[in-house]
Amino acid sequence: MSTPLAKMWRGGEPFVWLTGGALALALLLVAGLIALILVNGLGFFWPKDVARLTLADGKEMTGQVVERETVPGTAGQHRIKVKVANRDLYGADFQWVDEAQIARTDYPRDVAVVERTEWGLLIGALREVRDGENVVAKGSDAAWAEVRHRLPEAARLRSEIRGIETGEIGAINYEQERLRLRAKGLEQKGVSTGPPVDAIERELTALHLRYKEQETRLADLRKRQGATLVVTADDGKEKVLPLAQVLDVYFPNTMSGPAKAWHYATRIWEFVSAEPRESNTEGGVFPAIFGTVMMVVIMSILVTPLGVLAAFYLREYAKQGPFVSVVRIAVNNLAGVPSIVFGVFGVGFFIYFIGGSIDRLFYSAALPTPTYGTGGILWASLTLALLTVPVVIVATEEGLAAIPRGVREASLALSATKLETMLRVVLPAVMPSVLTGLILAMARAAGEVAPLMITGVVKLAPSLPVDGFWPFLHLDRKFMHLGFHIYDVGFQSPNVDAARPMVFATTLLLLAIVVLLNLFAISTRNRLRRKYATSAV
Amino acid sequence: MSGNVGIAANLNPRAEMASIMEPAMVEIDHLSLYYGEKLALKDVSMSVPKHRVTAYIGPSGCGKSTLLRCINRMNDLVDGVRIVGNVRIGGSDIYDRSVDVTELRKRVGMVFQKSNPFPKSIFENVAYGPRILGLKRRSDLEGVVERSLRGAALWDEVSDRLHESALGLSGGQQQRLCIARAIAVEPDVLLMDEPCSALDPIATARIEELMLELKNSYTIVIVTHNMQQAARVSDYTGFMLLGELVEFGVTRELFTNPRDKRTEDYITGRFG
Repeated sequence: MSTPLAKMWRGGEPFVWLTGGALALALLLVAGLIALILVNGLGFFWPKDVARLTLADGKEMTGQVVERETVPGTAGQHRIKVKVANRDLYGADFQWVDEAQIARTDYPRDVAVVERTEWGLLIGALREVRDGENVVAKGSDAAWAEVRHRLPEAARLRSEIRGIETGEIGAINYEQERLRLRAKGLEQKGVSTGPPVDAIERELTALHLRYKEQETRLADLRKRQGATLVVTADDGKEKVLPLAQVLDVYFPNTMSGPAKAWHYATRIWEFVSAEPRESNTEGGVFPAIFGTVMMVVIMSILVTPLGVLAAFYLREYAKQGPFVSVVRIAVNNLAGVPSIVFGVFGVGFFIYFIGGSIDRLFYSAALPTPTYGTGGILWASLTLALLTVPVVIVATEEGLAAIPRGVREASLALSATKLETMLRVVLPAVMPSVLTGLILAMARAAGEVAPLMITGVVKLAPSLPVDGFWPFLHLDRKFMHLGFHIYDVGFQSPNVDAARPMVFATTLLLLAIVVLLNLFAISTRNRLRRKYATSAV
Repeated sequence: MSGNVGIAANLNPRAEMASIMEPAMVEIDHLSLYYGEKLALKDVSMSVPKHRVTAYIGPSGCGKSTLLRCINRMNDLVDGVRIVGNVRIGGSDIYDRSVDVTELRKRVGMVFQKSNPFPKSIFENVAYGPRILGLKRRSDLEGVVERSLRGAALWDEVSDRLHESALGLSGGQQQRLCIARAIAVEPDVLLMDEPCSALDPIATARIEELMLELKNSYTIVIVTHNMQQAARVSDYTGFMLLGELVEFGVTRELFTNPRDKRTEDYITGRFG
C-alpha cells in the first residue's frame, strides 16, 4: 500500500464518506418512496381535463389521459392510456391508443364528468333532464342549469333515505334481534308460554308496525326521485341516469384554477369522511380510518400495562441469573416471529378458545351464530398487543436500567417500601421510555395486515365498532383497516386500474395516521420528560 | 485486639473518657458483616453519642460505608449479605426480627455520596418522606417543606421555584436538597455517606457549616475520606482499615495523639 493512501485511510476520511453515503442512500430511498406515494396519492383527486381524440379511422374517444409510454418493441412510438370511464356503456374504464393513430385532439367545453353512486365516472355531454316521462330541459346548458338546480334536493332525499335505512330501520332490526335472543333464552330455560313470552310477542308486533310505517315513508321518498339525466357518450351511446344516483357534475375543461382547487379539496374531504362505494374502489375510507385508529388505541391500552408489568418483574423483582437472561433473549426474539404466526395463534387461542368459551357462557342464546367466537376488533387488538409486547418490554427494561440506583436507595432510605418506591419514583421516571416503546409498537401495529386478515378485518364492515346502541362500544364487531384496504383495493378489486390511485391515496392516509399517532405519543413523552427528567448524568 | 478498641475507648481512663461517656444514640456491638464468604466488617464495637457529629475515616474499601449502611439496614438490599452482632438505637436492637425496616428508616435518615434527588419538583422531593408517612394536607406539607429547606439552608435560594424540577439545581444545592429531604421526616440519626465528595470547596464549606448547625437537633454520622473535613466537623472520629475499627475517640485526640501506629501512619500520610 502506498503511503498517502495508508495515510488517508488512517485519517478516517474514507470511513466518514462511507458512513455518510450509507445514510444519504437510505434517506434518498425513503424520500423517493414518500414522493411516489405523495404524487400518486394526491394527484388522484385533481380534476383532469377531458380530451376528445379523433382517430385516423374517424372514431372518437373522449376521456382523461392518465399515462403515456413507449410502445413495447418499437423505438420512438408512444401510446397513451385514456380513462374513458362509462364502464356500463363500454365495458372497460381504460383504453390504450397509439399516438400515431390520433388525427386530432381537442378539449370540448361541453363535456361533463358525472360522479355517480354506481359504475364509476360517466363522461359525456348532457343532453336532457326528464322528470318521469316529461322532458324538462333540453340541450347542454339548459340541462346543466336544471341539474344544478335539482342536485341539492336529490342529495337531501338520498341522505334522508339512507338515514331511515340505517337509523330508524337499523334500530328496529337491533330491537328485533334482541327480542329474538330473549325469546330463545326463555325457550332454552323451558319457558314457551306465559307472560314473558306474551310481552315479547307484543313488542314484536309493535316493532312490526313501526317497520311498516318507515317502509311507507321510504316509498314516499322514493317516488320523489323520478328525475333522470340523459348523457350522450362516444358513438352516440346514451345513458339515462336517475338523478338520485348523481353525486356531482362538473365540466373540467371550463373550470378555473380556484374551482378546480375547491373541487380537489371536497374530493379529499369525501375520501377521508365518506363510506366506500363500488366494492371500495370509489368513495371514501372513513370506516377503515376509524377501524385502524380504534384498533391501535385498544392495542395500546392492552399492551402498555402488560409490557410494563412484565418489564418491572424482569428488571426489579426477578433474581438476575441465567434463567432471567434466557427469558430476556426469548422476549427479544419474539419480535422476530412472523406476524402471521401470531395471527394463527390469535385465531386458535383468542377466537376459538376464549371467544368460544365466552359465547357458550354468556351468549348461548345466539348460538350457533358466534358473538365473540369469531374475528372481531378485540381479538385483532389482542393479537397485535401480543405481537408488540416485546417492543414495550425491551424499551421499559432499558428505561428501568437507566434510572440511577441512588434514586431508589434515596426512596428506601426515606422509609418507603419497595412497592412505594416502584409506584412513586420508578414508574413516573420510566414513563418516557414506556412511551418510546409504545410509539414503536403503534407504528408496527398500524401497518400490520397479515394477522388481522384472520382475526377480524373485513373488506366491508356493515357498521362501525362504536354506535348509538348500548353498550356503544362493540368489541365483538368486525372492522375495516387501512392496511387491509390497500391490499383489497389494489389486488382483490375487480377493476384494478381504476382502483390503483386509491391504493396510493390510502397508503398516504395510513402513513399520515401513523405519523399523527406518533406525534401525539411523542408530545406526551416530551411533556413527561420535562416533568420527570431522569437524573442520569 | 481490634475487638476491644471501641470498648477500650469507653474503658480508657484518659481525659476523653468523660466525653465518650455521653449518652449514646447508636451502639454497635461486636458487629461483623459478610458479603457471601468475604468478611467486610470485623467485630466492630463502638457507640455514637447523641447530638454529636461522628466521622469515619479510612482508605477506600475499608468498610466505612458498609458500617454506615448497617445503621439503617441499607445493606439488606444487597444479595448475599450476612450480619453477626448487634446494632442498637435508643437501646433496641434494629436487627431484631420484630423490627419493621421502614420504621427504622423513619428514625435514621441518610444522605448519599452522589446527590440523588428524585426526578420531581423541589417541593415534591422534600414532601416525599412526609407523604410516605401519611401526611396529606397541603398546608401541613407546605410547612414541613419550608421548615426542612430552611433547616438545610436552601430556602432562600429556591423559595421562588419550589415547583420546578430539582434536577435544575446545582450540585451543591442538590445535595442540600437531599439533606432537606432527609430531615423532613425528623429522624433521630442522620447518616451521611461522603456527602461532599462530588462538590466544589465552596459547596463543601456550606454543607460543613450546615452539619454544625444540624447537630443541635440530630445525631450525625458521616463517612469521609477527607481527613481535614473530619477534623473540621466531627466531635468523634473512628479510623477504619480493612474492615476493622482501628481506633475511635475524640477527634482532636485522634488527630493529635493517635494511640495506634496505623492511625498515625494514615493521618500523617505515610500510609501504604
